Amino acid sequence: MNAPSSPASPAPDDYQDGNALAGPLAEVFAVDVTAAVGTCAGCRRNGPLARLRLYGHAPGLVARCPDCGQVMMRLVRSPTEAWLDLHGTLSLRIALPEV
Amino acid sequence: MAVISRGFHGRRRAGGDKLPPGQYETRDFPVLSAGPTPRIDLDSWTFTVTTEAGAAHAWSWREMTALPSEQPVVDLHCVTKWSKFGTRWRGVSLDLLLADVESAAEFALVRSRGGYTTNLPLEDLLDGKAWIAFEYEGEELAPQHGGPARLLVPHLYLWKSAKWVEGIDLLLDDEPGFWETAGYNNYGDPWREQRYQGD
Repeated sequence: MNAPSSPASPAPDDYQDGNALAGPLAEVFAVDVTAAVGTCAGCRRNGPLARLRLYGHAPGLVARCPDCGQVMMRLVRSPTEAWLDLHGTLSLRIALPEV
Repeated sequence: MAVISRGFHGRRRAGGDKLPPGQYETRDFPVLSAGPTPRIDLDSWTFTVTTEAGAAHAWSWREMTALPSEQPVVDLHCVTKWSKFGTRWRGVSLDLLLADVESAAEFALVRSRGGYTTNLPLEDLLDGKAWIAFEYEGEELAPQHGGPARLLVPHLYLWKSAKWVEGIDLLLDDEPGFWETAGYNNYGDPWREQRYQGD
């Protein structure tokens, strides 16, 4: 299949940290969002996306909150489309150059 | 020596007629998971069918494993393109579990420990096509493969065969599940290569 590949081949129950989202999300966002601060819609805690627990041994990428385990982000890559689900993310705070 | 061309048609791939389009055969059993593997205590395990009217039909582990079981031998087809032939299971047919359930539902939403869900038409759970499986190759089903029990509905891509199954909601209206809301096909027939929405 054409889901984003994970940089390493983790044991199935393992996860990677959210830094591994940088490549797959670079197709979607114009900035590196792994440094963006995401707020979990479940527990309301926040932190950089690089802290998320990323399960990549799946039909898509599933990023979970490191504090409560809720799914904050899903990314499915078909041959022609990316499907990005953020309904578990209350907000993304993205630092931008001052204008 | 004359070489007889097989031509461009009719060449059988490894796996032959058993391999749906776009799939390859694997001999091992890859493990895919969207989250941590739960360790489920059998004393607290229950499987619950809930109708559209809210009526609940529940089985404990002892009750489930005391029911007449079947031993299906089936081919598995994962949407990530691997297929595995001739896998041997033991489980209870959904025909048996749903026999005394009164419902006008046409759809089912399968629920698992950890929040995973997947949807399918109710008719795809009936007529000998689906089981609650708790043994694999003569052994109790390992947690990484969905143990203590998973749904087994092998005529659809394997994401429909929900691991760590806890219940099935019978619904009048279809309700897309975990992968079905994230770009994957709502039905997932491997023989029609229904991987993504629009396939």
